Amino acid sequence: MASVLVFLDVPALPLPRAARELLTLARTVGEPVVAAAHRAEPAMLEALAANGAVKVYEPAGELDTVLVAAKAAFLADAANAEQPAAILLGNSFEDREIAARAGIKLGSGVITDAVAVAPDLAVTKSVLAGSYTSTCRVRTGTPIITVKANSVEPAPEVPATSLERVEVPLSAAGPAARVTGRSGKRVSGRPELAEARVIVAGGRGMDGDFGPVEELADLLGGAVGASRAATDAGWIEHSAQVGQTGKTVSPQLYISAGISGAIQQKAGMQTAKVIVAVNKDADAPVFEIADFGIVGDVFSVLPQAAEEIRKRRA
Amino acid sequence: MQESATHPLNIVVLVKHVPDAQFDRHLTGPGHTLNRAESILSELDEYALEAALQLAEARGGEAAGNRVTALAMGPAAAVNAVKKSLQIGAYAGVHLNDDALAGSDAAGTSLALAAAVRAIADSQGPVDLVITGMASTDGETSLVPAQLAERLQLAQVTFASELDVADVDGVPVVKARRDGDSFTETVEAPLPALVSVTDQANSPRYPNFKGIMAAKKKPVTVLTLAEIGVDPAQVGFDGAWTAVAASAPRPPRSQGTIITDDGTAGVQLVEYLAAQKLI
Repeated sequence: MASVLVFLDVPALPLPRAARELLTLARTVGEPVVAAAHRAEPAMLEALAANGAVKVYEPAGELDTVLVAAKAAFLADAANAEQPAAILLGNSFEDREIAARAGIKLGSGVITDAVAVAPDLAVTKSVLAGSYTSTCRVRTGTPIITVKANSVEPAPEVPATSLERVEVPLSAAGPAARVTGRSGKRVSGRPELAEARVIVAGGRGMDGDFGPVEELADLLGGAVGASRAATDAGWIEHSAQVGQTGKTVSPQLYISAGISGAIQQKAGMQTAKVIVAVNKDADAPVFEIADFGIVGDVFSVLPQAAEEIRKRRA
Repeated sequence: MQESATHPLNIVVLVKHVPDAQFDRHLTGPGHTLNRAESILSELDEYALEAALQLAEARGGEAAGNRVTALAMGPAAAVNAVKKSLQIGAYAGVHLNDDALAGSDAAGTSLALAAAVRAIADSQGPVDLVITGMASTDGETSLVPAQLAERLQLAQVTFASELDVADVDGVPVVKARRDGDSFTETVEAPLPALVSVTDQANSPRYPNFKGIMAAKKKPVTVLTLAEIGVDPAQVGFDGAWTAVAASAPRPPRSQGTIITDDGTAGVQLVEYLAAQKLI
């Protein structure tokens, strides 16, 4: 059976949903083999095996003070050793850069933003900010595909079989940038925006107060998003921006609060499964794409919804 | 923002002529390519140009031997992205234009651009920095900058939200800040380097009357594949490593239920979410 090489950067446990999605997808095409950018702890190895992995490639040393160049070199080396039928990565900026550089090293075509991968490796992707869907194929080399989060339902865990470990000697990554400092931000405990199943996003209408947005997001176990107007105003960090110049998201539920829904913002969220919009302007473009729209004041609707959720759960 | 400036910089800025994202965009033809009428200089590339101009100006600008060259690849109309860049302030422009480039994917594009950067280096001397925007607003794959860095073996600093070139012991070094989801990093890279900047990096200037008049006297070099030594079979539709087999517009979202808050909209919202099994 052909193998599918899954690149995993994040050593977190429990295994993030995005990683389980990639392993699930790999199982529909072949036998999942992992290229892990960090050496895996025993608990991590168990988690990988329980998600169907049969083999894991690990770097012989640490890669993390150098930006993507070293990870791309490691992935290309693992691919050369494994000769898989395809290589799958996540769709974060960094994952796409690793895919891009590994693609040149391997002489392989890269397809980004995949939302589905067929067993024959035809890739469905969303393009032009979600306004078109296209079907693509890699014509040259081993297909390298970066897959958007929330594209597949992770399969249940399987009884773990033995996991083969292969150490990959570090090869020269070439000239590279080095990380000279890293400062952690406040940890919110919320899911990553790009991977969240639920997003509550606020815009200009929040008028500097994201409290109601955060309260509802936390009750729903969701992430907090924002329009460019809100991040430009400094009401919330730039990394929360959804839209053309921010993140593109496809959650199960997107609640848009006080956002007009101009094309810039729509570009980042129109592939959400269910869109709820709250805006006091009945003519806001966001209502054209909302499954459920409320013309009203965010500062009364959001807190009332939060209160109702608490009441139902009590 | 700069320390003592000794070494002039030779900077190439990649600019792209893209369909205006403010309007509806369509994929057409057998290759499912984008209709490129109504195109403009990609908004995100203005931040790259501004970053290049600021770095050059901090070192004495054109008079001190710094170079800022705007490089665009694309059909005849793409020269407009170069001209707009010259109006904004780029010192010179290069337009890579060859019919064989039509339909190039990221691999073909990065191959041709790498050869164009080498050609610029051959005529002007070594290129210190290649600066790009964080993504194009049409393809949106963000693959090309990383592939260009790989092909030219440049140190790669992408998504810089702050950028500087500082002289460390007389040697210029790129220093940048990157804002991630869970942490902020500072990174350093030796020259030559490839840098992409985000829309947080600066506030791009607008072309003024003086700039528009001055642009008419600035040189635009047109290059073909033969002039940069690229085999046409390696680019375009035929040389692409990926192919689009089919495309279709996403069905428009139909408008759902819209209510006006009568004082119970928050409760109705929760009822809707419960009915959709979302809570």
